[in-house]
Amino acid sequence: MFEMMQRIRELSVQSLVYLAALLVSAIFIWILSDLVRGGIAHLSWEFLTESPRDAGRAGGIASILVSTILILLVALVTAIPLAWATAVLLAEFIPITSLFGKVVRFSLYVLAGVPSIVFGLFGNAFFSIYLGLGFSILSGGLTLACMLLPILTATAEAGLRAVPDNYRLSSAALGMTRTAALIHLIVPAAAPALVAGLLIGIGRALAETAALLFTSGYVDRMPGSLLDSGRALALHIFDLSMNVPGGDAPAFAAALILVSLLLCINILAMKLAYDLQRRKMMI
Amino acid sequence: MNTNRDAFTLGPLESGPACCVPQPIIQVKNLSLRYGDKIALDNVTLDVFKGCITALIGPSGCGKTSFLSAINRLTDLIPGCSINGRILINGQDIHAANNNVQALRRNIGMVFQKPTPFPLSVRRNLSLPLNEHGVIKKSEVAAIIEQVLQDVGLWGEVCDRLDTPALSLSGGQQQRLCIARALALNPEILLMDEPCSALDPIASGVVEDLINRLQGRYTIVIVTHNLAQARRIANYAAFFWVRERTGQLIEFGRCQHIFESPNHELTAAFVNGHRG
Ligand SMILES: Nc1ncnc2c1ncn2[C@@H]1O[C@H](COP(=O)(O)OP(=O)(O)OP(=O)(O)O)[C@@H](O)[C@H]1O
Ligand SMILES: [Mg+2]
Repeated sequence: MFEMMQRIRELSVQSLVYLAALLVSAIFIWILSDLVRGGIAHLSWEFLTESPRDAGRAGGIASILVSTILILLVALVTAIPLAWATAVLLAEFIPITSLFGKVVRFSLYVLAGVPSIVFGLFGNAFFSIYLGLGFSILSGGLTLACMLLPILTATAEAGLRAVPDNYRLSSAALGMTRTAALIHLIVPAAAPALVAGLLIGIGRALAETAALLFTSGYVDRMPGSLLDSGRALALHIFDLSMNVPGGDAPAFAAALILVSLLLCINILAMKLAYDLQRRKMMI
Repeated sequence: MNTNRDAFTLGPLESGPACCVPQPIIQVKNLSLRYGDKIALDNVTLDVFKGCITALIGPSGCGKTSFLSAINRLTDLIPGCSINGRILINGQDIHAANNNVQALRRNIGMVFQKPTPFPLSVRRNLSLPLNEHGVIKKSEVAAIIEQVLQDVGLWGEVCDRLDTPALSLSGGQQQRLCIARALALNPEILLMDEPCSALDPIASGVVEDLINRLQGRYTIVIVTHNLAQARRIANYAAFFWVRERTGQLIEFGRCQHIFESPNHELTAAFVNGHRG
């Protein structure tokens, strides 16, 4: 009787976890197939190489892609050095109990909880108006950078802290400086965590609409410089599906491109991290 | 009695003049060490003699590891750890403002209880610290690598796989690699914190033989829980004890003296295995 009960419990737990996992992958496959079904017909080489015409109903998304990549690059180039330097300070140079560290961590924590529309308003007020950057890729990228700071810093700090302390102690005992240990041992060991955080950040940045609406704007022409307005891909999808009658097919196609872009970036970054670790470290 | 042992001690305490005048290389004066409010070591005064092996013995938690880390200022890295008193090395205060801590640590090798090779190749484990200390010429680095691997008896075992990960070596090989890594910087002093305790008896024997061969060339301070080992290899022994959760140095002297005719009854009880 008791054994029977145990068997049942065992089986039900097992089937539950399998079911949950199945459901999760089903959702993913469902979304993907929906995108493919809705967008594949509209997809073509021209879709990637032409700029949108007729509010996006015709033409392609070339200018949108260029703007998206530029916004992303501006955001990453600004956010990564700031975030990772802060993480190094928090994890390596000051004790976890330090007041300054606590203040920094708390501000990042609060920043992480701020809704993106608020970042958009801030970016508009500060970068676009106060700094006079207007509606531009630069404003949008810098606003995104502010949004990415908390996630990039937190993941990097956690990654650095996860590196075993004996690397620090034994390298110090050999008279190596902290910087040398950081460059040769600690950062390579933390590389996968850094890249994982970066990927989450890129995902957020590519998905962002609200923070960009008032900063990089929604001009769908090919940007001539970073000071031109440029429409991000996610914003384009939103616009097509909400404001443009008959824009569903290009919206689906654009969404398909967005998802493939994310996938490519993921695979690329993972490979990079793996190579870096293989070359620097022997694990 | 093991007759062989006399080869490693400075000889009988009473009879005849010493063969040489012991020359202190590390002078610890009134050292107190705290972690926050907790006093881990209280007022330790001790000289370590040049070219000799000094064993630190005592029960767990009496501050042996803390004592070692104070000597190469590894305690600087431990948050909340503070030190009172003076430590002189070759007459120089290690806390003096003009003292370069990297140079100090280069001169004092340290081997930890658990082998701590870097997750790099065998070769890189040895070349990285050398490079960081300005030894960059490839031929010079290669020569030092071969030399120290010979010294620790690892050359024959790893000479054809210098580019494999150090973590793929066995525990005993890893520990000898760590010793080699310390020796590569040509230190005067070696601090060893229970270097054999994570090893099987055979590997432990190999490392012990190695320590024996290093005697004379280096000044060695070794922590060990293996009293027989301390007795076999050390010239001097320091017995630490923990009283009211505070570590103290109870007795310091010639190894033979500590083990055979200690002054203090705590020492006698400990070395005879009654306590600790
Ligand atoms: N980083 C630290 N922070 C706070 N207390 C510590 C720290 N390291 C050691 N201690 C305390 O200091 C005392 C001495 O520790 P230490 O590691 O020096 O002892 P030990 O003699 O090496 O012991 P064992 O033989 O077990 O290695 C212990 O009571 C320990 O709890
Ligand atoms: Mg210890």
